[in-house]
Amino acid sequence: MTLAVRDLAVRFGGVEALGGVTFEVRPDTITSLIGPNGAGKTTAFNAITGYLRPTRGTVSWDGQAIAGLRPSQIAARGVVRTFQKTSVFPSLAVLDNVLIGLHLRGRAGWASVLLGRGWVRREERALAAEAEALIEFVGLAARRRDVAGALPYGEQRLVELAVALAARPRILLLDEPAAGMTAPEKEAVSRLIRKIREQGVTVFVVEHDMRLVMGISDTVIVLNGGRVIAEGPPSRVQADPEVVRAYLGSTGGAPRGPAPGRC
Amino acid sequence: MEQLLQHLVNGLVLGGTYALLGIGLTLIFGLMNVVNFAHGEFYTLGAYATFTALAFAHLDFFLAVLAALAAGAAIGAAVERVLLRPLAGESIDTTMLVMIGVSIALQNAVLLGFGGVAQSIPHPFPTEPLVLGAVSIAPLRLVVLAAAGGLIAGSYLLIHRTRLGQAMRATFQDPDTAQLMGVRIHRVHTVTFAFGAALASAAGALLGPVFLVYPSMGDLAALRAFSVVILGGLGSLPGATLGGLVLGIAEELGAGYVSSGYRDAAGFLIIIMVLLLRPSGLFARAERVG
Amino acid sequence: MRLLVAGLGAAAALTLPLWLQSPYHVHVVIMAGIFTILACSLNLLLGYAGQLSLGHAAFFGIGAYTSALLTLRLQWPFLAGLVAAAAASGLAGWGIGRLAFKVRGAYFVLVTISFAGVISLVSVNWMELTNGPLGLPGVPAAELFGVSFRTKSAYYYLVLAGAALAVLVCRRLVRSRTGRAFLALRENEPLAESVGIDAVHYLAVAAVTSAALAGMAGSLYAHYTRLVSPEVFLFTYTVTMVIMVVAGGKGTLAGPVVGAVLFTALPEALREVVAWQWQMVLYGVVLILLVFFLPRGIVPAVGAALRARMAPRAGEPRLEPGARSPLP
Repeated sequence: MTLAVRDLAVRFGGVEALGGVTFEVRPDTITSLIGPNGAGKTTAFNAITGYLRPTRGTVSWDGQAIAGLRPSQIAARGVVRTFQKTSVFPSLAVLDNVLIGLHLRGRAGWASVLLGRGWVRREERALAAEAEALIEFVGLAARRRDVAGALPYGEQRLVELAVALAARPRILLLDEPAAGMTAPEKEAVSRLIRKIREQGVTVFVVEHDMRLVMGISDTVIVLNGGRVIAEGPPSRVQADPEVVRAYLGSTGGAPRGPAPGRC
Repeated sequence: MEQLLQHLVNGLVLGGTYALLGIGLTLIFGLMNVVNFAHGEFYTLGAYATFTALAFAHLDFFLAVLAALAAGAAIGAAVERVLLRPLAGESIDTTMLVMIGVSIALQNAVLLGFGGVAQSIPHPFPTEPLVLGAVSIAPLRLVVLAAAGGLIAGSYLLIHRTRLGQAMRATFQDPDTAQLMGVRIHRVHTVTFAFGAALASAAGALLGPVFLVYPSMGDLAALRAFSVVILGGLGSLPGATLGGLVLGIAEELGAGYVSSGYRDAAGFLIIIMVLLLRPSGLFARAERVG
Repeated sequence: MRLLVAGLGAAAALTLPLWLQSPYHVHVVIMAGIFTILACSLNLLLGYAGQLSLGHAAFFGIGAYTSALLTLRLQWPFLAGLVAAAAASGLAGWGIGRLAFKVRGAYFVLVTISFAGVISLVSVNWMELTNGPLGLPGVPAAELFGVSFRTKSAYYYLVLAGAALAVLVCRRLVRSRTGRAFLALRENEPLAESVGIDAVHYLAVAAVTSAALAGMAGSLYAHYTRLVSPEVFLFTYTVTMVIMVVAGGKGTLAGPVVGAVLFTALPEALREVVAWQWQMVLYGVVLILLVFFLPRGIVPAVGAALRARMAPRAGEPRLEPGARSPLP
């Protein structure tokens, strides 16, 4: 179950946001995608998950081409992503947020619902139980009935995570999961990511916090100017001269410092 | 062939006033992101203001039109200040509903005040049509065309040659930066809305004497305004001008060659087709307010 | 406690013609029932799926005309006409649903208004089909299983059944996986897509159901008034439905019912006291006031007020007023 990207390119008007990148995310790994601002990381995520149509190239998941499919179809194949900006269903309770995340786990269509079939009720009960379990997993049990939009920032991101996990991903793409978090919150996120990997889910992360990235990743892919400039285990990538140059050029520091909220 | 030319000329007269409606709405909709469902009511107000000025106060025709413009601007400013400014951060649905409420209230207030019977506005121009080659045109319509042209030109001058216009354009392109540069966004919004309403009132003042005035005349005017804005592209003055002319001509040709009953369909159909086929309109988003 | 109230309500509803003697009052209740169906249906699209559709009168009118034409010209039985009416409107709704996906926000609103406008013009101008502005008089009375619903009392029960069906459909849909999908699309569409909710499909479901119910209401209206004219397409009807939904409380189950009853009964009650034109001015003012002071509508506001009287539970942060989740 590999996510393979070949020569993926995205062009907006005159600008090439992504200029033909090729990389693989191997199963059961935590792989990180890093690079200076504007390097094309979120664009790559959007192209892989169907929110952007690639101008060129292929994306294959588990051997099947997914480029050009709708995001919901890609999600149905087990590729789930989170968003850079906090994304919850704001006026609904946490429990309902996660129930929505469990959409793919249900089978009740509008016809079965209208006819009031018996198995629909059973399915609802099972989904409710799963939702409770997921809320426990991310540690938000005390907030079950609270309105998601009213929660503090860090907890909203946990809701996001629970919703994404509810969709039973086989690969989870996290777009800057630790952005704007305090150090203890980042610790919690790192632990959660490892726990997720232990459950057999491949994790593909875009992040700016280098300490977090180098701490949890099996593989690091470095993007700059819409191209891959390095790929490998953290130790090797950190020492790569081109990577150092890319970061020196944009922020004036090698990609080792913790500096949260930099870039 | 003469038929065609005649239709074209008629279409131009109508189109000029539709352009006024469109320019007003494209400024409001484009700059303030307000779906002004009451735009037609300002048109109605302008027509009735002219009616009052001419039938009761016996004012000079041009003064009457000016009075209508002023009335539109004043009421528009009041509506913006009292109802829209407090809702500044709200979703577009909310402002839409408020403007629907304003539209209902205004239309029925006119009905209450003037009664439902259609009236004709007395005007000082001779009724004998002028014959220019193959086409004939009533003097009134010629005046309407000239006045509309003048107002359109005036709008361009305002937007492009005055500081106010500059402020409006800046607010449209980048409100935050404009604010940092000292532009009073709230004031710009009020002035923009008032200006848009005034143009709609002017259109009503000009077309009122050509046809009849009745309280619900604003409904079709609103439809035409939205149609023109969508056709021309949101926020584009040249788009609204061109769109207005196209709509006017399309309506005339439709009424002449298809059936007069479906005249109003032109506006609806344009909206549907443009949004389905080329949603950004004739002039793409890059060309905004100018 | 709730069961008792519901039981009393049901008993009152089922015996209404016995204790409400005046035919005029029964008429008002019948109209309230028809508008309940309309408001509930609009609420699905507007309140739950979050699509501001302002062409709802078109679905109502298509249903009315379809039912009238089939029973009048082709002698179809009433029930078949009703089902066909719902189907025809549903088909139109499907078109709107597909459109909703392509065209967003304010533009969608304009398209729906234009759609209703075109249909209205067709009904006025296509004389051979619709008899134009004169309309179709002499629509046959509704007949089911040999029972002819000619009297107001009899028709009341028919409309009651229709309203009950509409409320049941909405309730079942909303409290289900489908309803959650609607809400998800309303709240955050990209997020909804990311967990596998197909926006195109669910918008279509919402639009078709909404339109079909409105079509059913149209059919009931046609067989009640026995005359169908282009006035069914009046924008006024759409506005009335929108006010009912927004004032009652969009995105709630009770909201549209409360709104429908209120805004059917109120104008009738005011009719004695206030001239019709003043009523319409008031409508406009009421809509504005609602947006400012009761943006969520009456039902959530009442709910929040009731909840505020109960002390907040210790240890849990307070919720936004009226922010209670609509899901069980």
